[in-house]
Amino acid sequence: MLDELRELYQEVILDHGKQPRNFRRPDVPSHEAAGKNPLCGDQLVVYVVVDEDDKITDASFLGKGCAISMASASMMTEIVKGKKVAEAKALFDGFHKMCTLDDFEMDGSDEDEDFERLQVLSGVRQFPVRVKCATLAWHTLDAALDGVGEISTE
Amino acid sequence: MSDVAQNAMSSSYDIDRIRADFPILSREVHGKPMAFLDSAASAQKPRQVIDAVSAVYETEYANVHRGAYQLSERATNAYEGARDKVQTFINAKSRGEIIFTRNATEAINLVAATYGRRELKAGDEIIITEMEHHSNIVPWQMLRDEKDLVLKIAPITDDGELRMDAFEELLTARTKLVAVPHISNVLGTIVPVKKIIDLAHAAGAKVLIDGCQAVMHETVDVQALDCDFYAFSGHKLYGPSGIGVFYGKETLLDAMPPYMGGGDMIKTVTFEKSEWADLPAKFEAGTPAIAQAIGLGAAIDYVSAIGLDAIAAHERDLLNYATQKLAAIDGLKIIGTAPNKVSVISMTLECAHPHDMATILDHSGVAIRAGHHCAQPLMDRLGLTATARASFGLYNKREDADQLAEALGAVQEIFG
Repeated sequence: MLDELRELYQEVILDHGKQPRNFRRPDVPSHEAAGKNPLCGDQLVVYVVVDEDDKITDASFLGKGCAISMASASMMTEIVKGKKVAEAKALFDGFHKMCTLDDFEMDGSDEDEDFERLQVLSGVRQFPVRVKCATLAWHTLDAALDGVGEISTE
Repeated sequence: MSDVAQNAMSSSYDIDRIRADFPILSREVHGKPMAFLDSAASAQKPRQVIDAVSAVYETEYANVHRGAYQLSERATNAYEGARDKVQTFINAKSRGEIIFTRNATEAINLVAATYGRRELKAGDEIIITEMEHHSNIVPWQMLRDEKDLVLKIAPITDDGELRMDAFEELLTARTKLVAVPHISNVLGTIVPVKKIIDLAHAAGAKVLIDGCQAVMHETVDVQALDCDFYAFSGHKLYGPSGIGVFYGKETLLDAMPPYMGGGDMIKTVTFEKSEWADLPAKFEAGTPAIAQAIGLGAAIDYVSAIGLDAIAAHERDLLNYATQKLAAIDGLKIIGTAPNKVSVISMTLECAHPHDMATILDHSGVAIRAGHHCAQPLMDRLGLTATARASFGLYNKREDADQLAEALGAVQEIFG
């Protein structure tokens, strides 16, 4: 029993869940959005600073939620920092597939290193009700970049 | 009651025989025996209910109140017979006071849309409580916005009891309706509804009781309570989903406009006007949930045969046992510690979020509910976003609490 759960709750996730990185509001975010999962009450706000070259120079978040959603948000902010907006969106697309498609395979592109890091969250595939926990932060980032102030996973 | 008497009572409660009535309880989850601790969300069904529903479709199904043939007459008798069972179950004065709805939510919306819309005027007040389920908040907010009413919220203590002093202060001459839960779905608190009803009536207000979490735990007597409206759902009472009960005092129901128009709720229809049917048909437009109503009747028979007093004693034993077990767990906090409560235990763990708890418990075969339990304002009041809730029904046993406690150990092993 514990093996499958350990696959979901890997050390990296527990670590990020307990001590989320970039858990703060930047002084002047250029974009922000609130994300809610009405099913479980999880809520977070994602902040980003995008410069004139469409590069994400800072990403952070605040909120409350389960270990999966906190860890996913934490890792996301680390990964998208320094990326172009289009790259971040491509990562979201790939991450979403990773969490939902059983036959997801990395395609050998430059994002592979990032996907490898995100791979620890792919355990949610075995826990369909938890997929939204893993993707909430990314949906919220996507909304922030699109200028949508608030999203709900329902 | 003495300990000896208590033991005698619980030993006469044949839990193995009762569990054998519920086919689903013998299934496994993730290779583990299932400890089903989510009856407050929806209860499992005994063979007697499943068979009653099957029998309707296999032997006596037809539409009710219309067919001039034997099958329809039998279906009508069975459907109306279920109404008689509900009437006896909650001791309503007349059968016309029992209206079948889809669920308690629909019953509350019915009151808001008919009684509320007709009787309440701008500036009138409705009182609800901090421990309300969304279904007893949102319909009143909608009515408030439509009619320019005032919605007042009666506060609770940190233990989860209604603050009666504060409630009395909220009651004014403008209070027209008080809508409260009989038992909190999150905290398990038994609300002193009789006292509330008496106080509200003295102030000239009508009272609606949301009895969703009460009818399966204790005997409800609407005449003794003297409540004006009472609502509950069939699926939490070991009956089918899709059927609920709305009780209203006959004089009130007679004066209220219909909720929905359609077949069955009229005496005559011309293009100029229609004349409403008598109670209860006036509030039951369209073909009703026939098999579900009959299934609810079977569930009431089932619960009544065991006896609500025996069920309450059994569940009290489970509540005490589980509370002791859980209280011994490091970092576990029980949310809702009113002295007068039922076998619904909300909790939080210091090391893990309720959602993570639920996932790990599920893998130990323990089914609980995690989240806000459709009571977000209560979560806000408690300073929480979610709790994990274990609720015990008539078929649960002490071993289910053991399995829960052991599984919480696994949560701590991973998160601790």
